[in-house]
Amino acid sequence: MNSIHDMGGMHGFGPVVPEVNEPVFHEKWEGRVMALQRSLGVAGLWTIDMSRAAQEALPPQRYLAASYYERWLMGLEERVMQFDLVSPDEIETGHSLRPGPTLKRIFKPADADKMNRGNYARPSSASAIFAPGDRVRTTNINPVTHTRLPRYARDKVGVVEAVRGCHVFPDKVAIGEGEDPQWLYTLVFSGRELWGEEYDPSISVSIEAFEPYLRPE
Amino acid sequence: MTDDDFQSHDHSHDHPEGSELSETQIRVRTLETILSEKGYTDPVALDRIVEAFETRIGPHIGARVVARAWTEPEFRERLFEDATEAVNSMGLSSPVGSHLIAAENTESTHNMVVCTLCSCYPWEVLGLPPGWYKSAAYRSRAVIDPKGVLAEFGVTLPADINIRVWDSTAETRFIVVPMRPEGTDGWDQQKLATLVTRDSMVGTGLAKNANEVAP
Repeated sequence: MNSIHDMGGMHGFGPVVPEVNEPVFHEKWEGRVMALQRSLGVAGLWTIDMSRAAQEALPPQRYLAASYYERWLMGLEERVMQFDLVSPDEIETGHSLRPGPTLKRIFKPADADKMNRGNYARPSSASAIFAPGDRVRTTNINPVTHTRLPRYARDKVGVVEAVRGCHVFPDKVAIGEGEDPQWLYTLVFSGRELWGEEYDPSISVSIEAFEPYLRPE
Repeated sequence: MTDDDFQSHDHSHDHPEGSELSETQIRVRTLETILSEKGYTDPVALDRIVEAFETRIGPHIGARVVARAWTEPEFRERLFEDATEAVNSMGLSSPVGSHLIAAENTESTHNMVVCTLCSCYPWEVLGLPPGWYKSAAYRSRAVIDPKGVLAEFGVTLPADINIRVWDSTAETRFIVVPMRPEGTDGWDQQKLATLVTRDSMVGTGLAKNANEVAP
């Protein structure tokens, strides 16, 4: 969806301000939220793209006003209710009032010794259409649902640099239509293609582009 | 508020200290309490996850990878061929997923990594992302004004160098391998790793100079 999360190329957010000796977490609750998210992730109820889609659906004013972990917290609260793990009256009273559905897996303390990020590569059902060196044009799509094709890179010509395998397709999995695995490419654009012919010729930008985003040029 | 206050679970919701907690702290504690009471999350497991990211999983891992690539040509080759396999062969406590990609800085190209759509970051080799990486300023400007961003980090590159920005729009993750500083011949990997900063592996910095670390 065309919302505020899709920030690439926007002006007006000011300078980047690195923090000296930044702690991993600024407040303890941030660590708890990160851990809750990580821990519940193993139940497999929702996918990373469903989580992203939920954040993207926040009104832009709320998205910008919330910190990174506040957005995670909003998403978590929403999803535990969506999947009936927690009910509004339990949030109200602060305690469990009834058992909920059984999860397929619970994150155990020992699991923290070997945390493994999910693998999104999948077997392919067809061979990749494009190869390194191919010139392609990205599609001009504007779905109201989740996509990983940023606005600044739509309807632009780039060159395929690498084929990264066949991966879960975010646009489909986020709307509950299954993983629909698609070939993934590293696609390089000249800065001038993205930002105009007066732009600095020494700069190029790549995106990781799923095959349905691409057309032969 | 002590650590115990926050993490113990025998407190009632209307804890007398509750008024001192922010609304967000109360929301998080409430959620954790209910999920724990239902057996969906284990407070000890949550403690261990937090501890892992505060201690074991951080940029020191990426620094080891870079130092090894600087000194072992065979490992360097494997790293650029298949970073996932090369890094996992080092036996990390948190193995990388299937899609780590290493980008090499050279005399002619400087690489820089961003995620304009959210804040994707190679957690397994760099830990959790710093605040600036998640900021709207960085996410918006890295792809359109990378030189301006680099200047804010105090990095000025030679005029004839090309800049390549990698936008992390899928589940592939990137680690930049900075150039090895001059004057470090004969250094062992452990000492070399002290030159490799987090920012140098995101591409918003360079490796430290040899004279910036203790002899």
